[in-house]
Formats: sequence, C-alpha cells, structure tokens
Amino acid sequence: MDAPSERRRIASDKPFFYGLVAIAAAYLLLIIALLLADVHYVSLSEIGKALQDEDIQSSVTLTLITCTVTALLSVLVAVPTGYLLSRFRFPGKRLVDALLDIPILLPPLVVGLSLLILFHQVTLFGRTIEEWFAWAFQWITAIRPDIRPGVTFKVPAVILAQFTVSCAFAVRTMKTTFDQINPRHEHVALTLGCNRSQAFWLVLLPQAWRGILTGGTLAWARALGEFGPILVFAGATRGRTEVLSTTVFLEINIGNLQGAVAVSLLMILLALAVILLVRTVGERTVLGTETHHHSGGSHA
Amino acid sequence: MLEVRDLSARAGSFEITEISFEIPTGMYGVLMGKTGSGKTTLMEAICGLKTVTAGTIRLDNGDVTRLRPGERGIGFVPQDRVLFYNMTVRRHLAFGPTLQGWPKEAIEERVEELATALQITPLLDRKPHGLSGGEGQRVSLGRALAARPEVLCLDEPFSALDEDTQSEIGKVLKQLQASQGITILHITHNRSEAERLADIRFQIREGTLDSVAK
Repeated sequence: MDAPSERRRIASDKPFFYGLVAIAAAYLLLIIALLLADVHYVSLSEIGKALQDEDIQSSVTLTLITCTVTALLSVLVAVPTGYLLSRFRFPGKRLVDALLDIPILLPPLVVGLSLLILFHQVTLFGRTIEEWFAWAFQWITAIRPDIRPGVTFKVPAVILAQFTVSCAFAVRTMKTTFDQINPRHEHVALTLGCNRSQAFWLVLLPQAWRGILTGGTLAWARALGEFGPILVFAGATRGRTEVLSTTVFLEINIGNLQGAVAVSLLMILLALAVILLVRTVGERTVLGTETHHHSGGSHA
Repeated sequence: MLEVRDLSARAGSFEITEISFEIPTGMYGVLMGKTGSGKTTLMEAICGLKTVTAGTIRLDNGDVTRLRPGERGIGFVPQDRVLFYNMTVRRHLAFGPTLQGWPKEAIEERVEELATALQITPLLDRKPHGLSGGEGQRVSLGRALAARPEVLCLDEPFSALDEDTQSEIGKVLKQLQASQGITILHITHNRSEAERLADIRFQIREGTLDSVAK
C-alpha cells in the first residue's frame, strides 16, 4: 500500500480542554458565588457580635469537643474494621461491606430517629438502653451532683449521632488506605518472625498513618456538618446540646438571618481549614505511597 | 536442603498439586514457569503464607510444613522488593534478628557484616524512598538474610531491574550463596537467567512440576 502523500491532520485538542475547564469552572463559580453571597449579606459587626455571644461561644466549644471526640472514636473503630475488610476474606463479607454503607445512604433524619427508637423502645432485661446507660454511669452523680448521666438530649447523643455517620466515612478511607499498601509488606514481616499483630503494629500501621490522619480529618469535617440526627436525637437546646449546625438552625428559627449567616461563615472557615489539611496530607500520602501502586500483587 | 514432597496448595480458585523436588544444602535451585503457572503460590506455600492442603516441606532441621512463617528459617524476597517505607536501611537489616531476640551487639555486628557484603554501608541511615532498583534489591536481600535463614526464597528477583543491574545482583546472589552457605530457591520465567545462575533447575506447568532439567 502506498503511504499517503499528505500527512493526516489530527483535530486540535483545544475544544476538549476548553470543555473540561468550562464545566469545572461553572461548578466552582457556584461555590464561590455562595460564599460571596454570604460574605456580602452579613456585616462585619454581625460576625463580631456572633463571636461575642456567649451561647455561640459555648456552641463553638461544644462543636470542637464533640467533633474531635467523634473523629478519635471513628479512627479507633475504622482502623481495625478497614483492616479486616481490606485483608481478609470471610463469609458474609459482601453483606458486611453493604451494611457499613448504611449510615452513608440513610437520610440523616432517619439516623436520628433510629437512634431515638433504639435507646428508648428496645428493652434489655427490663430496662431501655438509655436506662442502662444512666445506671452504668450513675457514679458520676456521686462525684458531680449537678450532672445526671444520660444519652438522649444530652452531649453523648450529639457525639453518638455524629459518630454513627462519620465512622462510616472513616471506615471507607481506612479500607482504601490499606488496599493501597501491598499485603506483601505483612507477608515479609511474617517470614521475618512477626505474628499478625506485630506485622500490623510494626509494619502496616506506620505506613498507614497518613491515611489515618485523612480518615480522622474527614470524620471531623463530616461531624461538623451533621445536623439531622443531632436535631432528632440530641435536640436543639440552647447552650446544652447546641453545636454550630444547631446554632444556624436556631438563629433562622428566631428570624435572625444575619446571625445565622455569621455562624455559617464561621463554619465554612473551620470546614475549609480542615479540607485544606486533608488535601495537603492526602496529596503527600499519594506521593509517599507511589511505590506501592505499581508493586505487583500476588501473581499465581 | 529444601525438600518438597507431594505438595498441594490452594490460592483462591488456583491450585498446585503434588509438587515434589529437592534442593541439596548450599545449592542454587531455579524454578521456571510462565506467569500463571503456580510458581508464586508454590513459593508462598513453602514460606508458610499459603495453606498447604497436602504434602510436606522439610529443611535440614526437620519438617516445617505446619510451622508459622517466622518459625521456618526461610528468608523471603518478594517480587518488587517491598521495602518498609518508614524504616531506615539499618532497621531493615536489624528487623529479623531483633524479632528473634538476638542480643544488641550481635545485631549490630550482623548489620555491619551484611551491609559490607551487600555494599550498602553508605545507605544504612537512608530510607527506601529514592533508592535505585539495584540498591533496593540489596536491602531486600539483606533483610531476608539477616537472621541467618537456612533457605532463601527469591520471587522474580530481577523483575524491574535493567540488564546491568540484573547481572550485578546475579553476582551478589552467587557470592552470598558461597559466603553464607545458604540454599536458594529462585523462581523466574526467564530461561537465560535460570541457565546463568542455577546449580539445579525445575520447570512448573499449570500447577504441576513438569520436568526437571540439568
């Protein structure tokens, strides 16, 4: 066959890239517009007023405490769960995997409602779970008579509502993290004299710490945004179970839109700080583990 | 000595059946087979990483078939080296002896000795990130050899190495065989590599040991 006399021209790549950029830019514009609208709507003095409000201050404190506790609890549960899912085959694994997605899939209000029913409508040995909890922690009242232990409509309910959803996200992150680390690392450790536990603690976990940080931060951010389950299970009592998402809701309810937006901006700043941290750490994770990706799995 | 008798093992739906071969003490055995022929499964079974369904694995010091991987006295060098990214080269070499409870001085001595033999002394305080393929392979070899295993198992040790580095690592392996008096099982799909290094050669096909050459 004769070679074509003229070189075939290939159509330009420009339209393709313009298309990509246009679509991404449209969405980005929506996000920026939202932020600008908030900033434009609220006056600086309103933000100052919000920051000085004692209810809002205690809401910020409770938010920081509950989100951090939730994030720590989520990591504590997500690391072993993610490890089991990533490394072992067991009967019913598909079902377990699907069950772990339920908190992500359920409408937030349903999570709260289900928690409420679980704690008040299910009796074990003649007591509801709420009553068992109060019974187990009654010693607190002996030390601090002003504290009556309980879950529902109290701070533990805020944490449990956040945890139920946040932990599911942390589990996903941890499973992905462990999936990206070649199981050969643990195999080598086993041949060198480790048992499974030593291989996990000495070899796998030190290589996974960035993933753990990412999972924890994701859980933290998720807990910050949680509202539905908190409203139903912990209530929206000013100054008691009030976290920032509740504050926004309460301010809207009393018609203080300026205040609501001021608190929203505060939350956006907090969320942005966390997301940036996740992204920075996440990118470093990819760099740090790049060698794992092209290391071959187990070829038969 | 590494003696494998009527060994069957399973990896998912893949199975190797009734494999038998023997590598005498201090010899360099090469097991050849195509990708998917069951070589890695066989090696994992020997190292204790896959459940053996039938047969025995014996070393000089006895039957190891039912022992846990770390109790067998078998060093494992997996494909693509698989270094621990959080550890320095020194800690790689010290890892096995430390786990086996060697005294501190003995560990330090062994690390120095191996680092000299493998020519990685200048790398001792570096982490694996940024090591060349050949350097990484030396570290992986040192890690497997440190606790003085009786048998060394190498899974495609030349994969992802350029030709010059391959022949360099080949020389290192032959030297180690001589200086450490170790029995080696090396698996590869590469015939010329096998011919160059092997004292004794085997071929595996579709899960069974097909022929014994040389």
